[in-house]
Amino acid sequence: MKGVLKKDLLVFGACLVVYAVIQGLIEVDFIGPFWVLNIILICINIILVTSLNLINGFTGQFSIGHAGFMAVGAYLAAVCTVKLQLPFIVAILAGAVAAGFLGFVIGLPTLRLSGDYLAIATLGLGEIIRITILNIPYVGGASGLMGIPRYTNFTWVFFATVFTVFFIKNLINSTHGRACISIRENEIAAEAMGIDTTRYKVLAFTIGAAFAGVAGALFSHYFYIAHPASFTFMKSFDILTMVVLGGLGSLTGSITASILLTFVSAALASYPEWRMVIYSLMLIILMLYRPQGLFGNKELSLKMFGRLMGGGKNGSANGN
Amino acid sequence: MDFASFASQFVQQLVNGVSLGSIYALIALGYTMVYGIIRLINFAHGDIYMLGAYVGFYATTMGKLPFLPALIIAMVVAAIVGVVIERLAYRPLRNHPKIAVLITAIGVSLLLEYGGMLLVSPQPRTFPPVFGNEIYNVAGIIVNLQQIIILVISVALMIILTYVVNRTKVGKAMRAVSFDTDAAKLMGIDVDRIISYTFAIGSGLAAAAGVLVGIYYNSIDPLMGIMPGLKAFVAAVLGGIGIIPGAMLGGVLLGVVESMVSGFISSTFRDAAAFGILIIILLFKPSGLLGKNVREKV
Amino acid sequence: MKLRQWKKIASLVIASVMATAVLAGCGSQQGGTDTIRLGANLEMTGGNATFGGSAANGAKLAIKEVNSKGGVLGKQLSLVIADNRSEASEAANAMQKLATQDKVSAIIAPIASSSVMAGAQVNQDNKILAISPTASNPKVTVDPATGKVRDFIFRAAFIDPFQGSVMANFATKSLNAKTAALYIDNSSDYAKGLGQFFKETFVKNGGVIVSEEGYLQKDTDFKATLTKIKSKNPDVIFAPGYYQEVGMIIKQSRELGIMVPFLGGDGWDSAKLPEIAGAQALNNSFFSNHYSPDDNSAAVKNFVDAYKKEYGQTPDAFAALSYDATMMIVEAMKRANSADPVKIKDELAKTKDYAAVSGQITLNATHDAVKSAVIVEMKDGKQTFREKVNP
Repeated sequence: MKGVLKKDLLVFGACLVVYAVIQGLIEVDFIGPFWVLNIILICINIILVTSLNLINGFTGQFSIGHAGFMAVGAYLAAVCTVKLQLPFIVAILAGAVAAGFLGFVIGLPTLRLSGDYLAIATLGLGEIIRITILNIPYVGGASGLMGIPRYTNFTWVFFATVFTVFFIKNLINSTHGRACISIRENEIAAEAMGIDTTRYKVLAFTIGAAFAGVAGALFSHYFYIAHPASFTFMKSFDILTMVVLGGLGSLTGSITASILLTFVSAALASYPEWRMVIYSLMLIILMLYRPQGLFGNKELSLKMFGRLMGGGKNGSANGN
Repeated sequence: MDFASFASQFVQQLVNGVSLGSIYALIALGYTMVYGIIRLINFAHGDIYMLGAYVGFYATTMGKLPFLPALIIAMVVAAIVGVVIERLAYRPLRNHPKIAVLITAIGVSLLLEYGGMLLVSPQPRTFPPVFGNEIYNVAGIIVNLQQIIILVISVALMIILTYVVNRTKVGKAMRAVSFDTDAAKLMGIDVDRIISYTFAIGSGLAAAAGVLVGIYYNSIDPLMGIMPGLKAFVAAVLGGIGIIPGAMLGGVLLGVVESMVSGFISSTFRDAAAFGILIIILLFKPSGLLGKNVREKV
Repeated sequence: MKLRQWKKIASLVIASVMATAVLAGCGSQQGGTDTIRLGANLEMTGGNATFGGSAANGAKLAIKEVNSKGGVLGKQLSLVIADNRSEASEAANAMQKLATQDKVSAIIAPIASSSVMAGAQVNQDNKILAISPTASNPKVTVDPATGKVRDFIFRAAFIDPFQGSVMANFATKSLNAKTAALYIDNSSDYAKGLGQFFKETFVKNGGVIVSEEGYLQKDTDFKATLTKIKSKNPDVIFAPGYYQEVGMIIKQSRELGIMVPFLGGDGWDSAKLPEIAGAQALNNSFFSNHYSPDDNSAAVKNFVDAYKKEYGQTPDAFAALSYDATMMIVEAMKRANSADPVKIKDELAKTKDYAAVSGQITLNATHDAVKSAVIVEMKDGKQTFREKVNP
């Protein structure tokens, strides 16, 4: 335990350095607003992708309605700031709690389903959430919720991302995490070993949903508006594509894929008709030739660097 | 609302629902057959339906063909495309974890949709009037010719399918493969070929639905397959996935429920109602209305 | 072993494609000093792709015509299109890209009101104007939080309150309707806005709304709800949505035996409407529009002919308004005698009696287009002029 704590503090320190550098560059306008927007999008995507990876990659549950939880977080946080005039941190927490609660309520009955059925059920639930929001005049219905103040900036987003990644990484490396992984590997065997599979599946689902809510809150407070059209199943597929590209079960993969695909998306903005075609072709080719994605279920670790450098380092896996 | 007007509205909604339901049934048949045989939810199935509609459109406008030849051509083209997709995208992944195939299916679906948009533009197209649309007024209930034709053709196709599955050798092979693939292989059945046939038939039925929809609603666009595809899946699950009569029952039932919800509650919750039915069925009777419970073996 | 090699090659190809894409994204845009760049932030994919696509065509046609006549200020115009995927957050993203990366002088804003509003702050911060061809929500040009006009946002269309009341007055006065049913596209704030203002005016005129129903875009089967509406016996039905669904609604209504007049707004305007609904079904339906094709003015005829020649289809309202918006920017540039974004903005705000394809446009103090509406009646599948309503 002590070794992990020391390692975590070290990595956290490195993160602080990275933060200081990037924030400094933003302050002096070296990084223009277009890039700031993309960096913020990348960080929000990292939160979404790692939280989905917790459900799909580490626990092996095929959930493709993640945009629904994001929507709940986005809208509830916006209601807190716009209608109830609460501070931003309260709004984010409220969004997270609401999304997590919804995840819990939905997860409990549906996680009895397996594989394909769960996929369609979660897809349907994501759509139900979106259609419901579309029909609530209080949050703007089809016009969306407007006038959301721009509270999100690099600082908020960066530390939220760091917190998310650390939390999930430590969860994975704990008994709870190992239970989740065992469920992925062979659910019946895990059940036979005495692991309460429902409990851990719901746990992963709830936590994944809660972080999606955080991402949603950050999202809506950057774009001044929360609109149902931002949370369709296309969004869920986008997130899913990033998880799969990075590797189901690899946090390094999730982070890398988020960065890569956000850039690819931005680059292809000038060829809108081709963007989705290229995306889908990529998905198909990826699945045919490298279904484990970029990193499979491995993480980048100091040990690997050590081997490259020709020396041995006493390191175990770290998440960055 | 007094009883007479309620009753007449109810029957009218029923009529609306049955037409809608027969379309769902045709698409659902393809889903259920493919799932029965290789346990795959073919996300791209809704887009085959769209493809069929477009082939029918081009056959009637550029090819100037009458209805039946256009329908048959659409079915044949879709069958070929279905087989090609299975060969290229699903067969290599047959022994891989399910999640990989599911994602590939999503990828194929997106490719068909957006590739379609690229090729034929997102503008909706309209079918030429292929046959007239007389309106029959039966005791205050309005039925039109197109609705009758849709029902007749759907029923005819379903009867043909049932005959093929239950009375022909190919059908027997299909049932064998869906019951126990390994045993079927041992009995000398060419499983790959049977799977191709299944895809071909399922895709053909979806294409027929697409052409009928194109004529009935008079408007087709590249994204038209998404919602009907998902709803047809709900219909297949409702009836019992893997069970052919189940898909027919589920389709019609779903169409009727949707019409009732639209008519008596609110049409904006219609889609939510369909997914709601899915959740309820999966929670309480996952094997569907006509299905039997099967214990999963270790 | 061969498969392994193929796998390696495939992964290398994927990796290099992605690397190139990343580099392409990183690369800064070259700004030509001999061209003036205009941006278009439009819905090229997603749910509103048909409208954004039409608008893009309209803008491109305008630029082509201007360039063929020698350009503006001695320079040629070029158009940079950014796709907002019919989504508000992408609209902000696209606006940011056009303003900061592509360094355009003015931007054609998205079709949807919510997307324009999402990107509005970007226009303000970078002082580059955005003019939407069709956004009709009043909040687009007037910030609801402060009540002040957004300096850099304009529109080429009239706003919902005007259009909605035009049709309500027509229903009460010309059609003598006492009761009406509303059948609104609930996924469009444009349709909801029109519905709301129609209702207000209709009720003020003494009418009664007997039924309010909704549908969602991309729905195809409306018979269930229409059966419900039929049982309420309205004198008219107001269906202010977009032509794809409205066409099907009217067709299915006639099939159900609903023969009362249908009323709508400029979202109906498309050559596809009579194709989808059927010419006969459309008889006895009316909609408010910016112009009428019966209008034999040279401007309309020239535009329609040029558009047909270039794209092989008849232009719809989105194409016409986008063409007008682009031309208004060009005129403002000429008056300002400069390609400086702020100067263009100042001149655009002063647009008065500009002879556009869609009518005589004057931009008022809240940057909205003040122009007459025309009520069009559909007769045998053709749009015919019925009435003109002045603001």
